[in-house]
Amino acid sequence: MVGYRRIVVKVNGVQYEREVEPRRLLVDFLRDDLELIGTHVGCEHGICGACTVLFNGRTARSCLMFAVQADGAEVMTVESLAENGKLHPIQEAFREHHGLQCGFCTPGMLMTTYEFLNENPDPSEEEVRKAISGVLCRCTGYKQVIDSVMAAAAEMKGK
Amino acid sequence: MSNEDKGKWVGKGMKRKEDLRLLIGRGNFMDDIRLPNMKHAAILRSPYPHAWIRGMDVSEAEKLPGVRGILTGEDVEKMSKPFSVGVPVPPKYYACAVDKVRFVGEPVAVVVADDRYIAEDALDLIKVDYEPLPVVMDIEEATQPDSPILHDNIGSNIYSHRLFKYGNPEKAYEEADLVVKGKFLFPKYGSTPIETYAVIASYNPYNEEFVIYNNYQGPFVTHFLVALALGIPENKMRWIVPTDIGGGFGTKTGMYPYIALIALAAKKTGMTVKWLEDRREHLLASSTGTDRVTYMEAAVKKDGTILALKDKAIDNTGGYIRPPEPGCAYRSTGNHTGAYQIKDLDREVLVVGTNKCLTAPNRGYTCQELYFSVERLVDMAATELGLDPAEIRFKNFIQPGQFPYTTATGGLYDAGNYPKAFQMALDIIDYKKMREEQQKARKESKYIGIGFATVVDPSVTNIAYVTLALTPEQRAKERPKSGSGESVIVKMDPLGKVHVIASTNPQGQGHETVISQIVADELGIHPDDVTVSDVVDTHDRVYSITTGSYSSRFASVGTNAVVYATRKVKERMTKIAAHLLEANPNDLELKKGKFYVKGSPDRSISIRHVAGTAHWNQAALPEGMDAGLYASSFLSMPTSKPVDDLDRVDSSNTYGFVAEAIVLEVDIETGEVKFLKWASVHDSGTVLNPMLLEGQVMGSCIHALGGTLYEEFAYDENGQCLTASFQDYLVPTAMEVPKIDIGHVETASPLTALGSKGAGESSSMSVPVAIGNAIADALSPLGVTIDELPLSPNKIWHLIQEARAKKD
Repeated sequence: MVGYRRIVVKVNGVQYEREVEPRRLLVDFLRDDLELIGTHVGCEHGICGACTVLFNGRTARSCLMFAVQADGAEVMTVESLAENGKLHPIQEAFREHHGLQCGFCTPGMLMTTYEFLNENPDPSEEEVRKAISGVLCRCTGYKQVIDSVMAAAAEMKGK
Repeated sequence: MSNEDKGKWVGKGMKRKEDLRLLIGRGNFMDDIRLPNMKHAAILRSPYPHAWIRGMDVSEAEKLPGVRGILTGEDVEKMSKPFSVGVPVPPKYYACAVDKVRFVGEPVAVVVADDRYIAEDALDLIKVDYEPLPVVMDIEEATQPDSPILHDNIGSNIYSHRLFKYGNPEKAYEEADLVVKGKFLFPKYGSTPIETYAVIASYNPYNEEFVIYNNYQGPFVTHFLVALALGIPENKMRWIVPTDIGGGFGTKTGMYPYIALIALAAKKTGMTVKWLEDRREHLLASSTGTDRVTYMEAAVKKDGTILALKDKAIDNTGGYIRPPEPGCAYRSTGNHTGAYQIKDLDREVLVVGTNKCLTAPNRGYTCQELYFSVERLVDMAATELGLDPAEIRFKNFIQPGQFPYTTATGGLYDAGNYPKAFQMALDIIDYKKMREEQQKARKESKYIGIGFATVVDPSVTNIAYVTLALTPEQRAKERPKSGSGESVIVKMDPLGKVHVIASTNPQGQGHETVISQIVADELGIHPDDVTVSDVVDTHDRVYSITTGSYSSRFASVGTNAVVYATRKVKERMTKIAAHLLEANPNDLELKKGKFYVKGSPDRSISIRHVAGTAHWNQAALPEGMDAGLYASSFLSMPTSKPVDDLDRVDSSNTYGFVAEAIVLEVDIETGEVKFLKWASVHDSGTVLNPMLLEGQVMGSCIHALGGTLYEEFAYDENGQCLTASFQDYLVPTAMEVPKIDIGHVETASPLTALGSKGAGESSSMSVPVAIGNAIADALSPLGVTIDELPLSPNKIWHLIQEARAKKD
C-alpha cells in the first residue's frame, strides 16, 4: 500500500499536523481526520460546490484537492464564520431571507458568498447570480439565496 | 375557551429554527454519524444493461489488506427474499442482482473494508463473467411480444395493465363536435438531491436485531418491506433517520434496495457497515421519475366544452418495479380531469420495464406527466376551435360554488376558486397587452409565446390508490387498503415548556418552525418555548405505513396532528386549572400564559403552575387523570377510503390549485428561450408561513424548469447511461432562474384544522406544460408542434428546422 506523508495545515486558525495518504481528498481530511463535518460532499467531481472552502483565501473545491496539497496552507471552513455565539452577517442574512432549506449546499453557498463579498462589496443582482452559479441547490430555486446575498452585502457595507 | 393570542404566529414569515444548526455547520446528516468500529462499503455495479452473470471471483479482492468481507448475489439470494410489490406478477427483485443484471449500475456485490478507499480498490479486483443480452430501451417497444424479455417469470415486460371507464364516454363522443388528439412524450428526469442516499447498518446475531440508519423520507411502507425481505418481524429492525436530510423531493421515498443490501453486508461481516452513495452511483442507479408515452384525445363541443377524455398512458419503471410503483400510473387518478368539469373518461394504463434505472416519486409524482398531456390538449383544442387558451379554461373550470366537488374518478376536491386564481395570473402578466405585444413582435420576426397551465395540486396521498393496480375482482380477494394518518405527540415539561415529537422526517421544509408557530398560537406561548424533534426512530416513535414526508402531507395532515394534539393538552391543562381554581372548565380563558376565571381577573393560575402540578403534585390532579402532561393525535383524513368497485378513489385528500402564466421569447436561430414574464398563482389554503411557502413555490418552479429545459437521464441505444455526472445531467444554476411573480388565493380546506393544503409539489406539476404551451404558442407561425420534453435549445432548433423543411 502507499505510504503516508506528514502535512501541516492551518484550519480555521488552528494548526494541525497529520500523517495522510497522498491520495486522501482534502474534504475527507477535513471531515474525517479533523472532524470538521460542516463541509459537505455532494458530487465528488467538482460541479455541485457543496464542499467549497477557502484555500489561502480563495474558494476551492475540497473534493478535487488532495490533503497533501494543503501542506503549509491556510484553510477556512463554514465552522469559522460564526464567532462568540453570534452569526456572521452572511449567515444572519441567509436566515432572515430563507436562503436555505435542507442546508446541504449551504456551507458551499456561505463560503462562496464570503469570498465574493470581500471582493465585491456592492454587487448587482446579476453579479450575485454569477458568483453563486457554481453552487447547486435543489431546494430553493435560488431566489431567496440571491436575496440573502444582496441583503448581506447591504448589511456588511453599512458597517 | 378564548385565546386572544390566536393568529399571532401562524401566517407570519417567522425565521427558521433549523437554520441555527445548519448555518454553522452543525447539521446532523447521514455522513455526520460516526459509530464505534464502523466499516465502509463500496458497491460493485454492472457495466451492462442486460446480461447473465455466469460467474464471479472475489478471491483476489478478499486478500486485499483492510477488506473485511464481500457480499455477493449468491449470499443475497440465500439470506433474503425478493421485495414485494403490488402488481399481479412481481419480478424477483432482490437487494442485488442474483443471476442477471437488468440496468447499468445495478449492484452485483458489496465490499466491506476499513475505509472507503480500500473498499473501492477491492472492487477493481472482483472478476465477473457477464453474458450480454439484447436490450429494450424504448417504452412502446417494451410492450411488444417480440421485445427482449427482462423477467422470465412475468413472460412480458408489462408489470401492470388496467382498463378504466368512468361515466359514458361513448355518448360524449356522439355529442362532441370535434375530437382533438395528441401523442406526448415525457422524459425521465429526477430530483438529484445534493445529499445522496446513505445507510449505516449493524446486526446483533444474539437477539437477531438490525439497527439501521438511513435518510429515507418515511418509514412509510419501506420499513415493512425491508423487514419482509430480510425475513424478520418489523420490531426486530430499528430504523433511525437523522435530524437532517439533504433534500429528498420523492427520490428518497422509493423503496431503495440499499437499506436491505447494507443490512445483509452487516449481517454477513458482523461489522457496523456504512455506505454512502456517490454522485455517479446516484445518477446511474438511484431513482428517477418515470418517463411516459401518452396518447390522449379530448371530445369537445364547438363552444369549447370538454366532454370526455380518452387516453393510453405507458409508464416505464426500468429494470424492475418497486414500491410505491406502480403508483406512477395510479397516483393522480382522483385528479385525472384536473381543474375541469369532465364527466366521461376512457383510460388504458400500462407500466412497463426497460433496461433503465428504476423509478420512484419525483416532486409532483407523475402529475407533471398527466398535465403535460391534458393541458397541451386543452391548448390544441382552443387552437382548432379558434378560441383563446384562457377562454377555454374559464369555460371548463369547476366553479367556486361547486365545492366540495366529486370528480368522475372519485376525487373529492375540498375547496378552490379556480377562475379567481387564473384571473390573478392573467392580471399579473397583463395578458391583453401581452397578446398585442406578441402581434407586434411577430411583424418584426420575433417569436413571443404565452403559455398557461391551470392544474389541481393534490396533497396527502390516500394509500388506497395503490390497489388500483388490481382489477375490482382481484381486489375483492384481498383486504382493502386506505389511510393517510400522521402522528404527533405534544408534551409539556414541569416548567411549562413544550416539546413536540413528530415523525415527518422533513428534508428542509421547515417543519420545526411551523410546528412551533402552531403550538405557540394554540397555547398562547412564544415559539421559543417550543422545541421539536421531528425524526423517525421506529422503536420510540408512533408511526404507520403512511408516516413520512411525501405527497406534500405536512401542511394538511401534519398540521392537523399538531393542532389536535396541542388542543388535547390544552383541554387537560384547562381541567387541571379549573380543578385547582375550583371553577368550571368552561368558565376559564387562557391569556398571556395564565388561565383566568372569566369575570374574576383576580382568580388565575399560570401555565407553569398547571404543568408543575401535573408533574410534581400528581395527587392534586382531578380524579382519574393521567399524571404528566402530554397528548397525541394520529388521525387519518376522513376522506381516505378504499377504492370502490367502479375503480373510483379519492387518491389524495386536500386539493390545491396552481395557475401558471408564462411569457417567453424563442430565438429561432439558436433555439434559446428567454423568459419575459412569469406569474405563478397558488391556492394552498391558509398560508402558514409565507416566507417558507415562497421557498417551496420557487423550489418547485425551478425544479420543473430543469425538467422542462435541461434535465434528462439519457441512454444510448445500447443501454448505456449518458448522464452519469453533473457535467452531463444539467440542473439549473442561479443563472437560469427568471423573475417569477408569485400570487396567492386562499380558499381554506374544510378538512384541515387551519385551512391549509399541501404546497411542496405545486409548480412542479404545472411548469413543464406551461413552458411547453408558451413555446408552442411562440412557434405556431412556423408550424412547430410541441409534444415532448426536455426543450433544450438543441431540440427546439431541430423542431424549427423540421417544420421549415416540411413547409418548403
